[in-house]
Amino acid sequence: MKNLLEHTGLEPGRLHFSWISSAEATKFVKVAKEVSAAVRALGPAKYLVKRRAEVV
Amino acid sequence: MIELTEKIRDIAKKLLKDGTVDVFIGYKKGSVPMMNEPVLIRNPDEADLLYWDSNCGLNLCNYLTGRTDRIGILATGCNSRSIVTHIIENQIRRDQLYIVGIPCTGMIDHRAVNRAVGHREITDITESDITFTVTGKGFQETFNKADYLQGNCKVCRHRNPVEYDEMIGEPVEEQKGIEPYSDVKNIEKMSCDDKNAFFRRLIDKCIRCYACRNACPLCYCPTCFVDESRPQWVGKSIDPTDTMTFHLLRAFHCAGRCTDCGACERVCPMGISMRQFTRKLNRDAEELFSWQAGLSLTERPPLDTYRSDDYNDFIK
Ligand code: SF4
Ligand code: SF4
Repeated sequence: MKNLLEHTGLEPGRLHFSWISSAEATKFVKVAKEVSAAVRALGPAKYLVKRRAEVV
Repeated sequence: MIELTEKIRDIAKKLLKDGTVDVFIGYKKGSVPMMNEPVLIRNPDEADLLYWDSNCGLNLCNYLTGRTDRIGILATGCNSRSIVTHIIENQIRRDQLYIVGIPCTGMIDHRAVNRAVGHREITDITESDITFTVTGKGFQETFNKADYLQGNCKVCRHRNPVEYDEMIGEPVEEQKGIEPYSDVKNIEKMSCDDKNAFFRRLIDKCIRCYACRNACPLCYCPTCFVDESRPQWVGKSIDPTDTMTFHLLRAFHCAGRCTDCGACERVCPMGISMRQFTRKLNRDAEELFSWQAGLSLTERPPLDTYRSDDYNDFIK
């Protein structure tokens, strides 16, 4: 899924996958921090954003 | 071509007469040139409607879904693979089918031919072994078939049926030395913005008519996600984001199942190459899971099996 989205122009680093058990609190915190840092670094999303003005 | 047509008619007559099958699915000559249509024959007397040439690009497997009778069906390489996919997805049983395999030399890209004659109206097309001739008012031109193959047929590696009960004619030689995914690789080399622009332009003209979905043998859900309104999964307008969402989701639904038969592209009224979506998934299926759809009746597809060595580099 990630491959096709990135193939069609989604920035690498926008979409993340992880497998975290409910018992892995520290892993959850770590991954959440990493994801938010990576996404913040990319700036606002440009891909698959719906803007009303584009339809005429 | 005419010999093959005769053979198909004879086999269909025989199968219907001796009761091996209740219905035979093949092609008949279309009402316009280069557009042969699928046809279901029940009565042996109608078998002479059947026809075969290089304009039979629709996928007959579409007409199998959920049938309960016994069916004779004509199958090229890609069609036979779609039939195998149907069988392993429990849409039809193997013992209901009598598959008449036909070695294939590719289908003609009707758009390329229309371009080549400057969009003058073609009223007839005839074919010999490696050439075909189109005729219209005040013109007649002959082309090499190899130069006018559909995009998917140019890169086809399974022209001979993989599953059949009877074969019409000798197997053809498979194409050698083809690079099946050069187009996908070229896109992979682009920058992220260029990829985005490429795909946006690609589907720019899409009118959301869903002909591509209807022509696809894999799209057999009773209600397609695009038609559902509660919940509404995807916007129904031609807003670029809605259209992209439609194409992405349609492609994902075909992951590990698509045989690149080219029916979707063939039927698009806007000439969109939506195979670029499914081809990326086909390439990934092949690269990451060594899987090409529809080659085996016994192996399970990658998306319904788990192996501990499955590709999972993308998971943190
Ligand atoms: S993809 Fe292969 S088997 Fe299918 S129509 Fe084209 S050449 Fe024939
Ligand atoms: S057939 Fe073409 S125009 Fe119609 S929905 Fe598919 S891509 Fe869009």
